[in-house]
Formats: sequence, structure tokens, C-alpha cells
Amino acid sequence: MANPNPFSSNQYAPTARAGSALETNKVLKNTYLLLAATLGFSAVTAMISMALAMPSWVYLVSVIGAMLLGMFVLPRAAQSAKGVGVIFLITGMLGFGLGSILSMYLALPNGPSIIATAFGGTALIFLGLSGYALTSKRDFSFLGGFLFAGMMVVVVAMIANIFLNMPALALAVSGAIILLMSGFILFDTSRIKSGAETNYIMATYGIYLAIFNIFISLLQILGIMGDE
Amino acid sequence: MELFLKIAAAGVLIMMLFFLWPAFKAWQENGPKAEKGDWQAVVLPLAGVVGLVIVLIMLVR
Repeated sequence: MANPNPFSSNQYAPTARAGSALETNKVLKNTYLLLAATLGFSAVTAMISMALAMPSWVYLVSVIGAMLLGMFVLPRAAQSAKGVGVIFLITGMLGFGLGSILSMYLALPNGPSIIATAFGGTALIFLGLSGYALTSKRDFSFLGGFLFAGMMVVVVAMIANIFLNMPALALAVSGAIILLMSGFILFDTSRIKSGAETNYIMATYGIYLAIFNIFISLLQILGIMGDE
Repeated sequence: MELFLKIAAAGVLIMMLFFLWPAFKAWQENGPKAEKGDWQAVVLPLAGVVGLVIVLIMLVR
């Protein structure tokens, strides 16, 4: 249900800055290294959360905390080495919150299969779209306006569904999030490739959140649809 | 507790809308426009994602 998002105006100013190929490759390499480290760290905190049998409200608390850090602290901290600490704090919190959701799914009869399927699906979507964006000759930064408009619509629907609690709306929002986050993977990867994104911490944060949101949304869709 | 968390989550999401608005406006006004074939290059992989999700749903049913 909850989806943190890093897309502040500072990070995504539509300016085309073409860096050198060497610099671009360095940003790309650092982004994927930091992404792997943060995903691994999230997995560790998720396991700790599961071992401690955290209740489901911990997820909401973690997401709210991570969103606040992502909106107010990370954009400034990312300009220095402090940003690495902040991104580990954010991803650690998100992983901890995710652990409480995974515990809930594990209690379902087909829970382990749903989690494994969502994990595999997320990996396939991320690897496929990243590979596509990296090898494609096209620049996907034209998607910016469309993706931000879509995000605003989805956020409004999410706010409504916090209080309405409609399963059909939750399903529609999850489907829209998967498509939007897939678009963001193309958009972010393309921006790194073209040299428009030079901050690997913010680049990692954007891609991490896309992966996290795809995984959570897939879990929700498979949880609802696999209930028959 | 749960109602308080719901209100807090809604508050943070509303705050996010205020963060998204300038980015949306800037991209609408100054962002690059799609060229011929660009949308097709996006729709195809996204259709692949939709297909994959459908396959995953069938796998867990």
C-alpha cells in the first residue's frame, strides 16, 4: 500500500548534461555496486525483523520514516559521503518494515510460493528492463512528464484507499505502480547512461525504490489473485 | 494506533504530492519530447511486464 518515492524536483531537473563516457561508466558501476549492497542490507534487516516477529504496523512506521528521510535528508546528504550512510539507513528501515509483511505472507498456506514468485518476477523485470535500457539506442528521458503525472495520480489514489480500504482499488494501484516503476527503471537507467544523472547515490535510491515498489506490489497482486 | 498511522501515512503522501508537483511541471515544460518510434520502444517492454505478471498470477493460482 505505502510507496515511498524520491522524485523531488531537485533530483530530476530536466537538464541534459552529457558527461564523458568514463565518468558515465563510473556512475553506472558505482550505482550498481551500491544497489547490490543496499539490497543485501535490506535482506539482512528483513531477516532480523522476521526473526523478531515484528507486527505489521512496523511496515507503515518504517515506510513513513524512510519517506521523510528520502524527501528531506537524502537530497542534501547525497552531495557528500554522508549520503551513503543515509541511503543504508533508509534501505535498512525499508527492509525491516518489509520483514513484517513477509512474516504475514509466510503465515498463509501458499505464502512461501507467493514470496518466491514475487521475488523472481521482480528480478526478471529489473534485469530485463535495465538490460533493455542499457542496450537500447533510445533516450527514455522523454518519459519524465508522463511518469511524474502518473505518480501524482497514483499517490492520490493511495491516499483515498488508505481510508476506503477497497481491494479492487488496491489491486488497480498495485498494477499501476508496477507499470510506473518499470517506466522509472527505463527512465533512470537511461539518464545514467546519457550522463544526465551524475550522483550515484540518488541514482541508486531511485532504482532501489523502483525494485522495492515492484516487489511489494507484486506481493499484493499475487496475494489477492492467488487466494482462489 | 492504526488510525494514527493511517493519518500519518496520508499526511506524508500529501507532502509527497507537493514534492512531485514542481518536478512534474518542470518536466512538462522543459522535458524532452518523444520522437518517432519512442513510445513504441516503451510500450513493447511494458507489455512484456504485463505478460509476465499474468504468467506469475497463473503460477500461484
